[in-house]
Amino acid sequence: MGGSKRFQSRAGREVNRDSFIGEWPETGLIVTDSPYDPAPSVAIHDGRIVEMDGRPEAEFDILDRFIALHAIDVAIAEAAMATDSTALARMLVDVHAPRTAVVRMFAGLTPAKIVEVIRSLNVVEMMMALQKMRARRTPSNQAHVTNRRENPALLAADAAEAVERGFAELETTVGVARYAPLNALAVLIGSATGRGAALTQCAVEESLGLRLALLGLTSYAETLSVYGTEKAFRDGDDTPWSKAFLASAYASRGIKVRFTSGTGSEALMGHAEARSMLYLETRCLMAIRGAGSQGVQNGSISCIALPESLPGGVRGVLAENLIAALLDLEVASGNDAMASHSSIRKAAKLMLQFLPGADFVFSGYSVMPRQDNLFGGGNFDADDLDDYNILQRDMQADGGLRPAREPEVLEVRHRAALAVQAVFEELALPPVSGAEVEAAVRAYSSEDMPERNVVADLEAAGEFLRRGRNGVDVIRALARRGFRDIAEKILTVQKLRVSGDYLQTSALVLPGGRVLSAINDPNDYQGPGTGYRLSAERAAEIDAIPQALDPRAIGAEPAYPPLRLDEIGDAAAGDHPREIVIAVGPAFGGTLQATLLGLPHARVLEALIQGVEEDGLTARVVKIRHTSDCGFIGHAGAQLSGSGIAIGIQSKGTTVIHRRDLEPLDNLELFPQAPNLTLDSYRVIGRNAAKYAKREPVLPVPVQIDNLARLKYIVRTTILHLKETEQVDPARPPQEVRARHA
Amino acid sequence: MPDYPLAEKMPGQLKTPTGLPFSEITLRAVLDGRITMEDLRVTPEALELQARIAQAAGRRQLAENLRRAAELAAVPEERIREIYNALRPGRGTRAGLLALATDLEERYAAARCAALIREAAESAA
Repeated sequence: MGGSKRFQSRAGREVNRDSFIGEWPETGLIVTDSPYDPAPSVAIHDGRIVEMDGRPEAEFDILDRFIALHAIDVAIAEAAMATDSTALARMLVDVHAPRTAVVRMFAGLTPAKIVEVIRSLNVVEMMMALQKMRARRTPSNQAHVTNRRENPALLAADAAEAVERGFAELETTVGVARYAPLNALAVLIGSATGRGAALTQCAVEESLGLRLALLGLTSYAETLSVYGTEKAFRDGDDTPWSKAFLASAYASRGIKVRFTSGTGSEALMGHAEARSMLYLETRCLMAIRGAGSQGVQNGSISCIALPESLPGGVRGVLAENLIAALLDLEVASGNDAMASHSSIRKAAKLMLQFLPGADFVFSGYSVMPRQDNLFGGGNFDADDLDDYNILQRDMQADGGLRPAREPEVLEVRHRAALAVQAVFEELALPPVSGAEVEAAVRAYSSEDMPERNVVADLEAAGEFLRRGRNGVDVIRALARRGFRDIAEKILTVQKLRVSGDYLQTSALVLPGGRVLSAINDPNDYQGPGTGYRLSAERAAEIDAIPQALDPRAIGAEPAYPPLRLDEIGDAAAGDHPREIVIAVGPAFGGTLQATLLGLPHARVLEALIQGVEEDGLTARVVKIRHTSDCGFIGHAGAQLSGSGIAIGIQSKGTTVIHRRDLEPLDNLELFPQAPNLTLDSYRVIGRNAAKYAKREPVLPVPVQIDNLARLKYIVRTTILHLKETEQVDPARPPQEVRARHA
Repeated sequence: MPDYPLAEKMPGQLKTPTGLPFSEITLRAVLDGRITMEDLRVTPEALELQARIAQAAGRRQLAENLRRAAELAAVPEERIREIYNALRPGRGTRAGLLALATDLEERYAAARCAALIREAAESAA
């Protein structure tokens, strides 16, 4: 006996290309609740934490020490730690507990205590909590902008499209590190070409990243990675103090900083010390808070497939986003690396951040196709943008994006590519050809781009950096070459370095240059009717996807040839036994001109008549006015038919063969799925009607079953039926008609 | 309490590090060469205003970071990178870090940064 064919079919499904393993706590391959995680405790002596989570100060590692010194509010620690963990967990979903009160309480907790509180929440409760606890009221989104060939025209075009689509931050990176200044430059130009004014960054080694930011080629940094054990931290070539200093260094120049952490990294590096991923991530987040960062990108980030291989991985990732928010940090909540092969699983995972909303729902939505993403693919990419916009519309949830129409997208892409071409020329960088500009506008991916001279680009990039070319040089080059609007917008964002406004928690720059952050847009969620709600304008923007048709226009399309059925008087009952009545619906050959599939009524009527006549009978057409129901139309026709047989047909094409003595909703044959009816089927229906009249044996017209027909046609069906029903006049008897081919 | 966002609500009190009023940062000025990249930097005064805003919002650590940043505003980029590198694992000695701290304090009155470096010297060097 062989295996099950259904098991075989499932084995080929995409989800079964993902990896799944059981837990192995000793190596840190466990998402939450390792038996080796410590129990919560705190001891304070003279205002100093001398014991934390079962460890005395003398045994503190560098993270313990940093957390004890900087992350925990000693003034409330004892009271907060003494509060029952379940009571704290309930605060998170209690609409009467305001965000500020929760933040205050969590400032006094140790890592193990926070994990203990989170343990009792299921994902729905965590989503409720994230909705309340994210720092900024208005959610937003970040894009990844990269390409495999590191083509500057394509980078700029993609950046411009991203901003046009509503992304508030753009992150680029490099395949070859030396490209960094040119990539940063291209994305900077693109970021100011669309409607908005996005902040930009280039993910590279810390020291180079700082240099690019100081030169004004980027406006924020998010590569400050933190790890949850001392060994992993040192392997990352930093300590909490070096990271804290670096954060201050960025801020000293007015540059926004967000740290990076995420579950799974310590296990991946072999340094998990038998602790659960969530416990280690909580230590990271507390170190980040202690360092004075305004925020973090977490949600496992590039390690996502590792927690997803384990039980509770997706829940654990939501938990880490939530803990970051509880620590009052801006959260860019991951979703930036491929989480699964399965579309179902990827989308389900996304909902955990998308529905509650995050400061940045993605810490990198791939606006390019996957093969051009140098960050690890992107959980959602360019091909999923319509899906994403439609999810926003379905859920009436703000995921930070707006539907964009092709002409506008092509326009901003073109302008961005032209601007890059001009700036490269002005700054004596290797030329961007006209062919590159044209290709960048319409490209699917960098495969569509002409090759560039890589050696010349890299040399020029090095020289660019050596000469200290900077944001002001770019602004001047743009203005000189007629891109004054782009120059102005770049300056608007650079100017904010002077005010430092976007150093506050969860800051972004709105179109027009206004800063929105947790200071002037604090999350004030306290239950239904509070917190972020879609404004009427924003809802209209989300709703207006280009795919949405005007329902009033459906069914109004002209058909060829047109058909005009003039009513010439009340229809009398026929007495000829070889007569078949074809009873048409109230809008047939009138306000409606074609069936659901677009078959012209004129042709459908011809086919029915032809079928009847082929079997030697005659057809008489009457129009039913008092009902739009198919069964009743056929039944009314049968009462008038000399043979007692009638064909009833609605304008949308649904057809019935009826007999005078049957109940209205009974029938001889019914063809409910109009999409499957062709002109040939209508002819056969005509013949069958004639055969019923002659009392000959009849083989019913074969009907295809298509389970997708309802999905495809329900909207058109509804609207055509509405339009038919509009023509109903309950008092008007069936009408004799004269066909006029107008 | 400073009125946030400063650029929008109190631009009259903002200046560039070279002393130009915020309102004079215009495209014209950039094109005329009156504004350079050096002007497009935050000042210690603006950072202190931002620190007060963060503190009032309950963000003690962010405020502290912004105050460290205010101290670093005058420190040259090269020096900042030296200090950062010295703080990375296995780079600087305890004595070297303490010397950096003293230097920061004496030349730039950077007491908070000096304290952070001393703490690093005691904890992680």
